[in-house]
Amino acid sequence: MNVKKTPLHEMHVTAGAKMGEFAGYDMPLFYPLGVMKEHVHTRVQAGLFDISHMVHVLIAGPGAADLIARICPYDAAGQSVGQARYTFMLTPDAGIIDDLIVTRLGDERYLIVANAGCAAKDVTHISAASESFDAKVLLLPRGFLALQGPAAAAVLADHFDVAKMTFMSGIEPQDSWFVSRTGYTGEDGFEIAMPVPDCVEFAGKLVADERVEWIGLGARDSLRLEAGLPLYGQDLSEDITPHEAGLLWAIPKELRAGGGFIGAEALEKCIQDGRKRMRVGLLPNGRPVRGGTELQDADGHKIGLVTSGGYGPTLEAPMALALVDVEAADGPIFADLRGKQIPMNRTKPPFVPHNYKR
Amino acid sequence: MSKTYFTDEHEWLTVDGDVATVGITNHAQEQLGDLVFVELPEVGTKLEKGDDGIVVESVKAASDVYAPASGEVLEVNEALAGDASIVNAGAESDGWLYKMKLSDPSELEALMDADGYKKLID
Repeated sequence: MNVKKTPLHEMHVTAGAKMGEFAGYDMPLFYPLGVMKEHVHTRVQAGLFDISHMVHVLIAGPGAADLIARICPYDAAGQSVGQARYTFMLTPDAGIIDDLIVTRLGDERYLIVANAGCAAKDVTHISAASESFDAKVLLLPRGFLALQGPAAAAVLADHFDVAKMTFMSGIEPQDSWFVSRTGYTGEDGFEIAMPVPDCVEFAGKLVADERVEWIGLGARDSLRLEAGLPLYGQDLSEDITPHEAGLLWAIPKELRAGGGFIGAEALEKCIQDGRKRMRVGLLPNGRPVRGGTELQDADGHKIGLVTSGGYGPTLEAPMALALVDVEAADGPIFADLRGKQIPMNRTKPPFVPHNYKR
Repeated sequence: MSKTYFTDEHEWLTVDGDVATVGITNHAQEQLGDLVFVELPEVGTKLEKGDDGIVVESVKAASDVYAPASGEVLEVNEALAGDASIVNAGAESDGWLYKMKLSDPSELEALMDADGYKKLID
């Protein structure tokens, strides 16, 4: 398979990035600054991320709200124009196909931002569902940047009127551009989508600001993990329900029973029967514990798996997200590292407090 | 008179008599990025060439460091337990990992010198 490049690829190489494959794209893993300093810079100033690998799908037409309400478990018709929402698509068994941000752009227009690694199956799923509705499904080619950190709003104010925007709002400042006050770091910040021909110039303007540094996928991962945000493909999959993943908060109470979305019946049954596994946050004692590591009780019986694990540069300690058996979740938890048991202390994510502009 | 050898797994060892000091190369630390944890062997461990069990961890990933030669661990770099970034700052000096007594110095013949290693990474 050919590895794809984002429109900003050459800028990363010029900036000295170490590149590596992620979700089919050759992406910057870290720049000369290094993961640790990139992470901290994002928490104290502003970090610029190339997220052009992510997918933009426009749903447009008189049936747009009904289509969204069919594929995502929330009241799309009741969503205000300009409001962005965290949601997901479910299989008929209530497994998570992908997690998404859906913004209502207009009465009959919704923008879905989806994960790169799920692009093909997402489009197939949405297109199949759309056949019953009067709505078009359009894949938008876009350059896509995230500007995250406490200085992000001041930096972006030189380019757009963002002062009135609050967390989880999205606007179209000009044709084919989209700016939302969203992100994946736990910090205040923005995601900015634009036509591909415009993005090299715009990224150049942002990174020319002395408060802004390029940030690679390495720090993107440590930032999102400190913020307790799940990553699709690690913490979320089609084998995991929103109930198990601790994401029921994203489904309105009135839709948790008797909803009309795909997966509603299975989800209702999950909630009635109770979950066998649950998402927890863990603080490993002394050393990082990586995704895929088996978790055990004191007797060495398997009770779960680490889904994401790493080191938190702001936390200054290792941290992990895991799926554990509900029955064992309140007891002692150990990670099995080549036969050695590492104690894991349970905690409630986020590991570092969020800093959103509400 | 000591001599330094390199492996194609990006380790170095400086040999003085039958004692070798072992570390990862500067190129390796550049590729790994900021290190946050180093798991060292215990003194007295008998290593066979190619054994894993030594792990260096960056923010994102854990990487095995293979034993570049066979022998017994004499000493480990205790400073790394508190600050793994010493390896980033001086992979081929202060950031050494452990010292070992070589059990089969003829294993060194298969390794590269500095010029050979430079050609490998260029």
